[in-house]
Amino acid sequence: MSLRQEVNASVVSMKNSKPSKKFKIDKWIPYLFILPSTLMIVTFLFYPIGTVFYYSVQNYDVSAPFYNGFAGLDNFIKIFTQDKLFLPSLMTSFKWVISQVGLQLIFGLAFALLLNQKFRFRGAVRAAAFIPWAISGVLASVMWSLMYNEHMGVFNDLLMRLGLISESKAWLADSSTAFAAVVIAELWRGIPFFAITLLASLQSIPEELYEAARVDGAGRWKSFIFVTLPQLKNTIVLTTLLRVIWEFNNVDLLFNLTGGGPAHSTTTLTMYIAEQAVHGSNFGYGSALTVIAFGILLVFAAVYLRITRFERED
Amino acid sequence: MNRKSQQKFDRLFTLNIPILAMLIFTLFPLYWTINTAFKQEGEIVQRPLSYLPVSPTIDNFVTAWTNVGFSTYFKNSLLVGVCTVLIVLVLSTLSGYALSRYKFKGKRPFLLMLLCTQFIPRSMLIIPLFIIFKNMGLISNPLSLIITYAAVEIPFTTVLMNGFISNVPRELEEAAMIDGCNRLQAIRHVIFPLLIPGIVATSVFTFIYTWNEFLLALMLTNQQGRFTLPVGLSYMMGEFNINYGALAAGSVIALIPAIILFAYAQKHLVNGMGGAVKG
Repeated sequence: MSLRQEVNASVVSMKNSKPSKKFKIDKWIPYLFILPSTLMIVTFLFYPIGTVFYYSVQNYDVSAPFYNGFAGLDNFIKIFTQDKLFLPSLMTSFKWVISQVGLQLIFGLAFALLLNQKFRFRGAVRAAAFIPWAISGVLASVMWSLMYNEHMGVFNDLLMRLGLISESKAWLADSSTAFAAVVIAELWRGIPFFAITLLASLQSIPEELYEAARVDGAGRWKSFIFVTLPQLKNTIVLTTLLRVIWEFNNVDLLFNLTGGGPAHSTTTLTMYIAEQAVHGSNFGYGSALTVIAFGILLVFAAVYLRITRFERED
Repeated sequence: MNRKSQQKFDRLFTLNIPILAMLIFTLFPLYWTINTAFKQEGEIVQRPLSYLPVSPTIDNFVTAWTNVGFSTYFKNSLLVGVCTVLIVLVLSTLSGYALSRYKFKGKRPFLLMLLCTQFIPRSMLIIPLFIIFKNMGLISNPLSLIITYAAVEIPFTTVLMNGFISNVPRELEEAAMIDGCNRLQAIRHVIFPLLIPGIVATSVFTFIYTWNEFLLALMLTNQQGRFTLPVGLSYMMGEFNINYGALAAGSVIALIPAIILFAYAQKHLVNGMGGAVKG
C-alpha cells in the first residue's frame, strides 16, 4: 500500500536525519506522537485486510487441514459457478442498502428540519429523538423481537384491536414480511445518525442566505430547494456514502432477528460471510467472498464520488 | 380565521403532530421493553396484553443478574470499555496534538490513512482478526477486543481530538513555555484542563461503541464466561426456551449505562459530529 510506504518512508527519513542542534528534536516530535496510532491502525486494520486477499487464494479449512494450501482462483470459480446463495444474497444486499439508506436519508432530513425549528422543550425532544443512536444492534433486536412476537407481541395486539388483522402473525418467521420487519427495526436505529449530521449541517447555514432568498421573493419551499439543499449537499453525499458502506456491512439485526431466514430471504452478502465465519470453518472460501464484497464497495465508492462530484472543503 | 390562529393551525401540521409521531416511533420500543421487564412471568404472554404491569416486580432483574449471567457480561463489557477508552484517549490525544500543532511532511499521508480506515468494511475484519488472535492465543481474552476496538476507534477520535485541541489558542501554550515550562508541562498544566470537555466527549463515543459492538465480539469470544453484553444477549435470544422477562430485564440493564452517557454527551454530539464530518 503506497500510503503505508509513505508513512514508513517519512518515519525512516526522520530517523536518518541526525539532530545536530537541540531544536531539531522538535522535528521528530509530531512523528513520535503519531507513531503509536499509526502502528495500531496498520497492524490491526490494514494488515488484516491484506491477509484476506492472501487467504482468498488458499484452501484454508480448519476442519480439513490436510487440503490446506494454494488454491489459485478455485474459491472464486466456485462462488460464481456453484454457489446457490451468492447471487440471491448479493441481491438482498442491494435491497437492504437501498431501502435503508434511502429511507434513513428522507426521514433523517425530516427529523433534522423538525428539530431545527424553535419550540418549547427543544433540547429534551432532540435528546429523545437521538436515543436510538446510542442503542446497540443487539439491544434493538431484543426490543423489536418483543414487539413482533407472535404470542406476546404488541404489534399483533394493536393491529387486532384496530381490526386490521384477525389472527396474530409471526412477522419475523414469514418470508413475505420478515425483510420489511427487519428494515423497520433498523430504520429506527439508523435515522438518528442522519438527523444528527444533517442538523449539525443545517445549523451552519448562514441566516443571510435565507434573508437574501426572502428578498428575492422565495417562499418556504423555494428556499428549501435553492438554499438548504445545495448547502447540505456535501454532508448528504458524504453521510450517504459512509452509510452505504456501514449498512452493507451491518448484520447485527439480521443476525439476531431472523438469522438470515426464513428460507434465506434476509441473507445479505455480509450476513452470508458472517455465517461462514461464525458457523463454518472454511476461511479461504469466506475470505474470497469478503474480497468480492470489498471490490463491490470500492467500485461503488469510486463511481459515487465521480457522479456526485464531491468536493472537499479545505 | 384571523392570521394568528391560522399560524397556530399551520404549526399543528408542520410541527406538533410530526414531532409527536417522531417521539412515539422513537420511544415506543423503549417503553415496551421496560414494560415487559417489570411484568410477572405469566402476565407477559397473557391476552389481552397489559400496557402497564399489573403488579410490577423486579424478579426478572434478579434472575437476569444472578442466574442468567448478566453480572458476568456486565463486568466483561465494563472491563473492555474502560481499557479501550484509556488507550484511545492517550493515543488520539498524542496524534491529535501532532495534527493540530505541527506542520510536518507526514501530515497529509497520515490524514489520508485516517480517511481510508473509514472505508474499511468492518465485516472484512472478522476472519483475519480471528486468525491473528488465534495465533497469538488471545481468543476469549479481553485483550483481543480491547486492541481491536482501539484500532477501529482511533482514526475517528484523532480527528475529534484534533478539533478540540485546535480550539485551544496556541498563544496560551507559548506563554507558558516563555514562562519556563517545557512542552510537556505546558500540555499538562495549560492545555489539559481546557481539553476536559473534549476528553469526556471522546471517552463517551468510544465507550458506547465498545459497549454496543457485536460481530467482532462474537467472533473473538467463544467462552460464555467471557461474553460481553451484546454477545450474551444474542446468545440468550438464540436459546430454545427464551425467558422473555429476563431477556427484557437484561436489556434494560445493558441500556442504562449507554443512556446515561448519551444523556450527558448528546449536547456535544451535534457539534462534534458536524466538525468530524466537515473535517
